[in-house]
Amino acid sequence: MSKLKVGIVVFPGSNRDHDAQYAMESVMKLETRLIWHKEGSVGDVDAVILPGGFSYGDYLRCGAIARFSPIMTDVVRFAKSGGIVMGICNGFQILAEAGLLPGVLLRNESLKFVCDFINLRVENNQTRFSSQCNQGDVLRVLIAHGDGNYFAEPDTVKRLEDNRQIVFRYCDERGNVTKESSPNGSINNIAGIINEQGNVLGMMPHPENAVEPVMGSSDGRKIFESLVESFVYHSLSA
Amino acid sequence: MFHAKIVVTLRKSILDPQGKAVEHGIHSLGYKNAKNVRIGKFVEMKVEASSKQEAERIVQEACQKLLANPVMEDFTFTLEEVHAQKAHV
Repeated sequence: MSKLKVGIVVFPGSNRDHDAQYAMESVMKLETRLIWHKEGSVGDVDAVILPGGFSYGDYLRCGAIARFSPIMTDVVRFAKSGGIVMGICNGFQILAEAGLLPGVLLRNESLKFVCDFINLRVENNQTRFSSQCNQGDVLRVLIAHGDGNYFAEPDTVKRLEDNRQIVFRYCDERGNVTKESSPNGSINNIAGIINEQGNVLGMMPHPENAVEPVMGSSDGRKIFESLVESFVYHSLSA
Repeated sequence: MFHAKIVVTLRKSILDPQGKAVEHGIHSLGYKNAKNVRIGKFVEMKVEASSKQEAERIVQEACQKLLANPVMEDFTFTLEEVHAQKAHV
């Protein structure tokens, strides 16, 4: 199999674009391409990352304006045709605003911007983003956001729960999902979800900032290893 | 030319921690009888349209598509006709 190519969209105000590129290229040894938001096509990439940051200064609502950037038409097309799309932090907010994922990210309950290590429990390891984790694994990764308080209508949350679309939940270091272990007040401690088709993931934490021991944790690697593995699996089964 | 005034508020069912914090501030000032403080957004804009109906449709669509997110927000607006030469004032 040839090297996977990952496109990383750069919006005005993105600031983890190069972190994502470093993780993909230097750590995961994948090919990457930075895609300026004004481009009309994602090109021949295998996967797209919408990175963290403060696109358009978070004006109006986080992700609300980026969602209308020219590149987003093609990102939506790519996602609808089964392409792998991963939105991290601001990228998650953009995916929610674009309607590729249900729900919305509200202001943190504490009203504080939280930049810290947190623990994530793997709720579903049968996804293209989590297959290299064990069910119930606790991953130590970073968050850095002020608007990560996931909210959706009760019937939407029920559907997410029933379809096992909740991939990651905030938990304590022993894997207990408690109110106190949530850094932002998210409903049901939701930290990351996938769409029904399973090809679009949105998560508030930053796995790209936890890929080497020097970063304090390498747990985020498992998410990217899952992604790579899923392409191997898909190309074998195709 | 129409002048649109749009108010976007968090839906009633959604907790507004910002409003709570501000309410606390108002109470600290001694105004204990202020309650249910909710923070929203105010947007105003000029709309060129040949009729009020057309202006209404434009503002309605702008609100639905961008200015408010229906998952968490409600919006209301008013339209007032203004004369073109006064529009920049």
